[in-house]
Amino acid sequence: MSAPTTWARRRRARIDDTAQGRSLGADALRRLRRNPVAITGAVIIAVFVLISVFAPLLAPHGPAEAFPQLLDRLRPGEIPGAQDGFPLGSDQNGRDEFSRMILASRQTLLVGVLATVFGLVFGVLIGVVAGAVGGWADTVLMRVTDVLLSIPSLLLAISVAALAARPSQTTVIIAVALVNVPIFARLLRGSMLAQRESDHVLAATALGVKRPAIVVRHMLPNAIGPVIVQATLTLATAILDAAALSFLGLGDADPARAEWGLMLATAQPYLDVRPALALYPALAIIVVALGFTLFGEALREALDPKGRR
Amino acid sequence: MSVPRRLVATLTAGLLAVSLTACATSDRDAGGGAAGGTMVFGAAGAPKNFDPIFNDDGESFRPARQMFDTLITYKAGTTELEPGLATSWTSTPDGKQWTFALRPGVKFHDGTDFNAAAVCANFDRWFNMKGAAAQSQMIYYGDVFEGFAKNEGDASGSPVYKNCQAKDANTAVLNLNKFKGAFPAAFGLTSLSISSPTALKQYNADAVTQSGDSFTYPAYANEHPTGTGPFKFESYDKANQTITMVRNDQYWGEKAKLDRLIFKIIPDENARKQELAAGTIDGYDLPSPADYGTLKDAGNQVLVRKPFSLLYLGINPKNNPALKDLRVRQAIAYAINRDALVRTKMPEGTQVATQFMPDTVAGYAPDVTTYPYDPAKAKALLAEAGQPNPTLNFYYPTEVTRPYMPNPADLFAAMSADLAAVGIKVNPVARPWNGGYKDDVQKAGKHDLHMLGWTGDYNDAGNFVGTFFGRPKAEFGQNDPAMYAALAKADSIPDPAGHTAAYQQVNRDLMSKYLPAVPILTTGPAIVVKGNIQGLVPSPLTDERFVTVSKSEQQ
Amino acid sequence: MLRFVVRRLVQVVPTLLILSVLLFAWLRSLPGGPAGALLGDKATPEGIAALNRTLGLDQPIPIQYLRYLGRALSGDFGASLISGDPVLAEIGRALPATIELSVTALLIAVLAGIPLGYLAARYRGRPWDNVTILGTLVGVAVPVFFLGYVLKQIFAVELNLFPPSGRLAVDLDATRVTGFAILDGLLTREFDASADAIAHLVLPAIALATIPLAVIVRITRASVLDVLDSDFVRTANAKGLAPGTVRGRHVLRNALLPVSTTIGLQTGLLLAGAVLTEKVFNWGGLGTLIAEGIERRDYPRLQAIVLLGALIYVIVNLLVDLSYALIDPRVRLR
Repeated sequence: MSAPTTWARRRRARIDDTAQGRSLGADALRRLRRNPVAITGAVIIAVFVLISVFAPLLAPHGPAEAFPQLLDRLRPGEIPGAQDGFPLGSDQNGRDEFSRMILASRQTLLVGVLATVFGLVFGVLIGVVAGAVGGWADTVLMRVTDVLLSIPSLLLAISVAALAARPSQTTVIIAVALVNVPIFARLLRGSMLAQRESDHVLAATALGVKRPAIVVRHMLPNAIGPVIVQATLTLATAILDAAALSFLGLGDADPARAEWGLMLATAQPYLDVRPALALYPALAIIVVALGFTLFGEALREALDPKGRR
Repeated sequence: MSVPRRLVATLTAGLLAVSLTACATSDRDAGGGAAGGTMVFGAAGAPKNFDPIFNDDGESFRPARQMFDTLITYKAGTTELEPGLATSWTSTPDGKQWTFALRPGVKFHDGTDFNAAAVCANFDRWFNMKGAAAQSQMIYYGDVFEGFAKNEGDASGSPVYKNCQAKDANTAVLNLNKFKGAFPAAFGLTSLSISSPTALKQYNADAVTQSGDSFTYPAYANEHPTGTGPFKFESYDKANQTITMVRNDQYWGEKAKLDRLIFKIIPDENARKQELAAGTIDGYDLPSPADYGTLKDAGNQVLVRKPFSLLYLGINPKNNPALKDLRVRQAIAYAINRDALVRTKMPEGTQVATQFMPDTVAGYAPDVTTYPYDPAKAKALLAEAGQPNPTLNFYYPTEVTRPYMPNPADLFAAMSADLAAVGIKVNPVARPWNGGYKDDVQKAGKHDLHMLGWTGDYNDAGNFVGTFFGRPKAEFGQNDPAMYAALAKADSIPDPAGHTAAYQQVNRDLMSKYLPAVPILTTGPAIVVKGNIQGLVPSPLTDERFVTVSKSEQQ
Repeated sequence: MLRFVVRRLVQVVPTLLILSVLLFAWLRSLPGGPAGALLGDKATPEGIAALNRTLGLDQPIPIQYLRYLGRALSGDFGASLISGDPVLAEIGRALPATIELSVTALLIAVLAGIPLGYLAARYRGRPWDNVTILGTLVGVAVPVFFLGYVLKQIFAVELNLFPPSGRLAVDLDATRVTGFAILDGLLTREFDASADAIAHLVLPAIALATIPLAVIVRITRASVLDVLDSDFVRTANAKGLAPGTVRGRHVLRNALLPVSTTIGLQTGLLLAGAVLTEKVFNWGGLGTLIAEGIERRDYPRLQAIVLLGALIYVIVNLLVDLSYALIDPRVRLR
């Protein structure tokens, strides 16, 4: 029919989209696809995830399998290097380092992602309630957060890991997640505090928009930026915290299982003999952390409501 | 050294220029001084205090051994006895009376005389120690002498010590209530070092007091240890983690060559290695076996101690009836490839253990039943016992290195792989050493298998097998009165030949009839010093004396 | 303002009380215990049980807690199991070391981090931005214990530029006044001691600074970008204000709000980071006490340090909240 009708319909559709938050995501996706930083990050993450999913198929050997041809040449001061069938050589126990590196990706992914997600979810919940409601809720929640934060994170993680009947992957995940909860909470609460007094929130309040709606639609999207930046960094630190726990002997109890943090920690006595045993997992951790952060950074920019103008 | 010095000099100049008032500089002397020089040695941990009687760990003993002497001492580099403060000693045939001829003319660091009265004052001090706090800290005294004049708290042993008489100035006679195999070797224990009675009194040495959940030690133990040794205590700088000692110019033996001896406490193994490489220390204890080669290549001397530490794989049948069957325990022994373990994981000098003591101890039996690596036989024995695939909770410690297990996780990995290879399902349980490992394993006995070991205190079979299997223990979860009786009998024989024969029989029975654990290896940790350090003799008892050490100019 | 500060300080009391209860219950429920640590390796299980009775550790935990609280209120936090020294004396000795290290690290992180983050945002997408981002990423991703080792290996062992560990050369025999090694050298005119202390400080401070530095750079960059996009900056630019004025008065000031939160958070985390850094560099501060305390299960020491750490943290965060008010007038202190 006539142009105005089309225009009106398009406009209505757009308002609906916005109301349902659909185009925000679609928009973000569109912009992510154009961003080389995001693509680099996404590629690293994709490769990492693919390797970890298909690890048992990709690895030529099992994580606990020791080989006579490696053991024969293994001495306290000598660890056999790359050779036929063992592209990265032996580890300190006569096992195939290459297979262990591949199999470790899965454990590392599990620990890093789960710890971050748990930390983020609980932290954001606390931060939103505290920052949005204010008053006594804010006071109580922030006191709890302060208590958690005031314990040195490593001590907190160690105690959680040590409290469990047996140190395991689960206890490591819980310990690392718990360390991050108060960090997310306080960060989000800080930016919500600023949002609460800002013009658009005041305007929305004046217009009679209901409080939950203001929080979810106006405050949270504007306040979440630093939290996402923090979360991307947390993915890296979660893996590192897990490594620190392993360094202190509170990691996974099963030496047959391979995990990068654990491998880095157990390679400490062999730094002079065969530094590669520490370098491989260290580089793997660095690259994966890089991937998560690159992608997270791009995501932050893409999700930023202001960027949509 | 040169570059940091230059940097420091530049910084110093800068600071001087910045400061507005560049008047008098400090009057303290900057360097070491005379010919003997200063040796800085990297220790792996802090001492608890400096009164040997209240200590039981190597880090506390290392400084004590330089400042104190014992009646009998161990010949450098061996476990053999030689005269210390006593020039000779004799005992009655029943082993209940010991007479010590004392070295004349020896003086304590405070200038008072060492004599028979001083020796008796020390023994009486230990015997009459008051307070549950103080008694609980006298681990070695309790171990050797079993009880006090008045046992406090929960101590209940009846005392082995009866009294001490100063027959004349240079003769001390010690009367005991019973003989133990530990004598006379135990008189060389660092814990039984002789202190100056005057200083003990002056600095209130017995006043160990409870403070909250812990104990505080008196001035004597913290700041005024006073012995007869070749070095005198100067200071313990806790903020900077250094213990400084100076040469005792009145020492009765050959005087120390060094002017000053500094122990710098560096708990992290890699940090010790790097300090040595950077030249800020002259040596350190317990280098990682992996580093022996690179340390030697860098021109250092790696001094390997003769094996006097034992690693065993403990077996606890309490929660797992399968382990009550001797054949299952034997299968475990056959399953472990101990040769490969020693070759791939342990430093030079390590030997596969055939029994629960090193071959230098009297009582070692060359003809015990052995269990060479034989996975097929292990499988056959398991099948015969009707337990082809037992599941075992295997405990191993973390946050620790011990002479007998430089890297527990790696040793565990190798052993559990061996066990898995014969069809045993291993359930790994890691526990921090001080965070529950010893509780779970030694007190609660929660494990089926565990790794643990022992470093001998002196050359006596009872110090090994007696300690392990002399009484019912949660660690081994069995109750074998015949075994306890055999050990008690062996320990009570004063005649050396009979003593040795009895222990040899015990060792044969342990390896064939009882097999309460699997002995894995005996080893000695190393000590590393720079190329220009001479005269440090590694001791199987970790009883190194720095009195003979000298440092040449050449770097 | 004053009422706010007083009220917040009063709130510290329940925080610490709650913390002390949690801490006590939790430390007591950990496996292992002081008796095992006190007696050392040659202790028998019977000896440990006897000592537990002597120390009253076989009593119910609430009773133990009340005893502890009673002593703590009179200033007695007990003695360390490891050294036998009163815990407060130990902390007093270690605190200057940790303050010296963490303040230096924080200064490096803030002084380098804010300009780097700001410049990265200003030259967003250019090579400079990418290099900064990459640098911070690598900084965060390297485990501290590994980084410390590598720093030492390069700068102390290979290049011999700095001493590998410790706070002062052992043969220097410096005079102690305050416990702050650099300051002591200046006070006693032992300038070589100050210089030596600075040389010792460089590597651990860099190692400890990496993570806060990276976080501060990234948060600064993110929030500067947010502000650069905002209406008032555009208005200011449109008004024709000098670019310098816009940046200084509008951009940086508004961007610093999240940054100050982050700095507050990082201060709390510095102590935790110090556990690993001090261990690697043998620093002898609170981190060393904590690491050793954890390993040897030194409960009296851990309790006192954590409570003290909490107090410091709460005060720092009070300062952070106050700084909100200074930076952002929209935030009202209530």
